[in-house]
Amino acid sequence: MTGRVKGKRSRSLALGMLAAACAAITLACGTDYFEIPIETPIQPKHDVSAFQRVLVAGFVAGGTEDVDANQETVRLLRSQLRTKSSLKVIDADIMSLVEIAQDQNKAANAVGSADIDEPITDREGAPAAGAAVGSNASDHGTQPLPLPQRIKDEKDLEPYERLFANTAYWKKIGEEYQNPLIVTGTVLFTPRTASGFVQREQEVYDGFGRRRVVPVRTYMERKGFILRPKFVFIDGRTGATIYSESRREEILYNAQQDTPALSSYFELMDRIVPDFLGTLSNQKIRGTRVLLK
Amino acid sequence: MNVRFAVLLAVVAVLSASPSFATNRDDAKSQVEFGIGVAERGLWREAIYRWEKAVELDPTYPAAFNDLAIGYEHEGQFDKARKAYEKALELDPNNSQIRQNYELFKEINDRTSQGKEKP
Repeated sequence: MTGRVKGKRSRSLALGMLAAACAAITLACGTDYFEIPIETPIQPKHDVSAFQRVLVAGFVAGGTEDVDANQETVRLLRSQLRTKSSLKVIDADIMSLVEIAQDQNKAANAVGSADIDEPITDREGAPAAGAAVGSNASDHGTQPLPLPQRIKDEKDLEPYERLFANTAYWKKIGEEYQNPLIVTGTVLFTPRTASGFVQREQEVYDGFGRRRVVPVRTYMERKGFILRPKFVFIDGRTGATIYSESRREEILYNAQQDTPALSSYFELMDRIVPDFLGTLSNQKIRGTRVLLK
Repeated sequence: MNVRFAVLLAVVAVLSASPSFATNRDDAKSQVEFGIGVAERGLWREAIYRWEKAVELDPTYPAAFNDLAIGYEHEGQFDKARKAYEKALELDPNNSQIRQNYELFKEINDRTSQGKEKP
């Protein structure tokens, strides 16, 4: 009898010790974690330390007429650069690059038809944008591509690209503003409609009244916008393009939802601006990570 | 009595297996803990120093590599951060927290390098 009690006691003691040992091992091997906020510094994609000032000149803009993409883009980028970069932002009239490119193209065509070999200059003595292209084109026996009056899509925008390659023109603009970094480019903001199956979540209740959320595929008509900016960074001292960056963002809403074009434009620009700023200045991206023990 | 002795022996054997490994891990662990404490107070360079020591002491310690990667990320040393994350995942491929940290790190890295064009 005493022997059995003694045996039982020793077994329970052994089990207790085993449990304690397991707990000790678990404690020793268990991974504690700590969520910690971090700020990831992002180096600028391009070294602009040579510039103290920036001129957001203007954009060749097209797409919907509900938003003046040139005006809005210049205003937004200037205000963002003012608050979130160390560059001094030059306040200047917003350039209407579509008109400038068309004027210069006319000049180039006139020279092309007159077959003059002398360099072409605009009213202020700066070489016209189309001049280089014009003379180059005449070397190959062709006229420069005509510039569409109304820019509806990327194809219409293409002939305007040569404006950014006219170093003499941009150098003159640079001289006018004491050699800043020049930001220009193209912006296409176009409406888009799409229809098809989309996945959305739906609440369902089972026989016991329990709520569940299940993914359901439904056919939907949707409408929204596409924003396609191309930022061109030009060295105001030389007029040469130092860097360019293209982005494409899209937003779609339920077809019944009436969202103003301007608010969609800002919603899409919100996604693009951090990257744009990251090109010119140090940025910090806030986030959280998990530290482990 | 025999059972008790056997269990005790087993526990001692488990706890004292590979004594040098245990010591290194313990030392590394205390460096990691110290690093976490200082990182929480914003002293990231000191934290990195501690975590670097931890991975030196125990190069098989995934948590130390994970924390070191976070430290490097915070300091903008992305190449070092990537290597440390990859080492942490190599040591503990199923650790969802390390994987999540690494995914977030990669997302930022990819975002900042996309859409670049040469003139």
